[in-house]
Amino acid sequence: MSLARLLLRELIKGPRTLPAPPPGGGGAEVGAGLAGTGRARLGRSLRIREVDAGSCNGCELEIHAATGPVYDLGRFGIEFVASPRHADILLVTGPVSRNMAQALKRTYDAMPHPKWVVALGDCAIDGGCFAGGDAVLGGVRALLPVDLTIPGCPPPPEALLSGLLTLLDLVSGGPAAPLLPMDGEEPE
Amino acid sequence: MLGNITLMEYLKAGRPVAAHRPWPRFQLDDRGWRDLTGQLAQSDWSLLGLWADGSEVHAAFRDEETAEIAVASLATQDRRFPSLSAARPSAQRLERTIQDLFGLLADGLADSRPWLDHGRWPCRTPMAFTRGEASAGPVAYPFLPVEGQSLHQIPVGPVHAGIIEPGHFRFTCAGETVVRLEERLGYTHKGVEALMAGRTLPEAARLAARVSGDSTVAYSIAFARAAEAAAGTEAPPRAQWMRALMAELERVANHLLDIGAICNDAAFPFMLARCTVLREQVLAANRTYLGHRLMMDRVIPGGVTVDVTREATAVYRGVVKDLRKRVTRLADLYDDLPTLQDRTVGTGVVSASLAHRFGVGGVGGGAASRGGDARKVPGYAPYDDLEFDVPVHPEGDVNARLWVRIEEIHASLGLIEQILDRIPGGPLARPIPTRAGEGMALVEGFRGDILMWLRLSEVGRVVRCHPRDPSWFQWPLLEAAIEGNIVADFPLCNKSFNCSYSGVDL
Repeated sequence: MSLARLLLRELIKGPRTLPAPPPGGGGAEVGAGLAGTGRARLGRSLRIREVDAGSCNGCELEIHAATGPVYDLGRFGIEFVASPRHADILLVTGPVSRNMAQALKRTYDAMPHPKWVVALGDCAIDGGCFAGGDAVLGGVRALLPVDLTIPGCPPPPEALLSGLLTLLDLVSGGPAAPLLPMDGEEPE
Repeated sequence: MLGNITLMEYLKAGRPVAAHRPWPRFQLDDRGWRDLTGQLAQSDWSLLGLWADGSEVHAAFRDEETAEIAVASLATQDRRFPSLSAARPSAQRLERTIQDLFGLLADGLADSRPWLDHGRWPCRTPMAFTRGEASAGPVAYPFLPVEGQSLHQIPVGPVHAGIIEPGHFRFTCAGETVVRLEERLGYTHKGVEALMAGRTLPEAARLAARVSGDSTVAYSIAFARAAEAAAGTEAPPRAQWMRALMAELERVANHLLDIGAICNDAAFPFMLARCTVLREQVLAANRTYLGHRLMMDRVIPGGVTVDVTREATAVYRGVVKDLRKRVTRLADLYDDLPTLQDRTVGTGVVSASLAHRFGVGGVGGGAASRGGDARKVPGYAPYDDLEFDVPVHPEGDVNARLWVRIEEIHASLGLIEQILDRIPGGPLARPIPTRAGEGMALVEGFRGDILMWLRLSEVGRVVRCHPRDPSWFQWPLLEAAIEGNIVADFPLCNKSFNCSYSGVDL
């Protein structure tokens, strides 16, 4: 079948995206001082740098699923970026292997303020089934301050979505806020 | 001892080890192991795995002519053993790993730089009887020297641009062309093997399921089969068919993502979007009917924890029918786009002889004339009762690896239908007798054959378990495949292999 016909079929069928899950997923650990600080600077747009700190790659599969057309993380203004310099959120998977600890810390240090850390999956939260091993630190908290945890092994895409929406609400200072103007600017 | 003899004839000179199932294990003396190196040079015996166990080393082989499988063991003297890497280059990284984890030194190993040990652990040789003291600090890793005019290096990783696992790639280029790629891995090393030692079967099975998350079902089957072999039992027939059903669902889901991702790396994201939608059909059904999208921990030693209901059977039949139609459509689309094939055809070529030298199976082997498949040889239940073809292409390029995936999807869809039609009744699991023994299993995951070896103690605990990912033999091929290609084609080549980092870093 030609590309044009396939595209046409997709257009007629409409999007395959599932409705958004309600926010409230994940365990928020954002300090009171941090909440709301992103409002003026970020609006409701977040950029994520993902770092695999020794995961089994199961979490990565589900992050991929979350960015795909079915869960479509992008519709909430959340995108993954290549450079930590462009990122607001550090999304970490894995029990933090000692061999990855320095790279993870450097990625965090390279991010501009304000920044938040999300520990995705049981391993990132407390080491999961790898906890206690000599080769791992046993969770992101051993190295970085964690603002949100999203449990699961691996967390399904809507858990990731729901958790990130929680964070979005927290840092932008309230649920379902419309696009907020920067100081001194009028919304279009 | 040289000449045309079979693997079994050669190893029989050693002492057979009792209670190693299903294939025999032979204890060789120092001379026997040394002669093995010479024998390997002129025999068609594929190295299936090489691992240490206390102060012993074990090497598993398959005789390609007779299809015999056996393990050779050597009790090392003075913590040294003769290296097999001169005859089997695929042994190199495995021997470096043995040196790092067990402190057993491979004599004659050309490249003895550390592999998994980056100098960041609290101790050296963490799996040796006597552990080494901690390194003074991170070791500077000397990359292989490259000489020539106007060469420059591009270091990439361990943190990559996309959402992928960590690893370091050191490219040496002349202009746009890659002269050499060197991989440095080990970043995701979690000490899986050390964690497994001393655990109960259910605990170790959970770890085995997380060696490489995308192959969780295949790993769980491999662990379960090895444990069952060690204890001298088998899972009930319905459980074996359920395992095959889940293994094929996993294969389809992973290949779909890979096909999409390869095309995405050739700047055709439409394919990734379409493939993701198709993949989600499988994963959504898995969650509803098998309780987990990736089917983690559904396969346990002794059987499985889930069953297919009549409703599930109908749904999966529908999914198979739909996928067959849509995958064919996408394959036609790929075949119809010369701009896309311009990127994939002739890119990242692996020669058949190299694939053979590394004894590579799975997608990497199948795309380079080497059609090994553990479901056929040695074969395991229920695949001997099922009909399917193993795709083989001779070209060895990205295009061939893509077509192998497309054809494997069709083969798996056929298998799923056969399984749903003919799955026998009966119990889903059977208790594992508490008994000492050693077991080994070869299971075909979506990347290729996974080897699992383990020893159980008399109280049924895991004494030593070694999982060998198919990527051990595919990573080195990627280094060869990229040579002479442009840097921009690296993501494409890398994705066409899609090797596991976690699976080899352990």
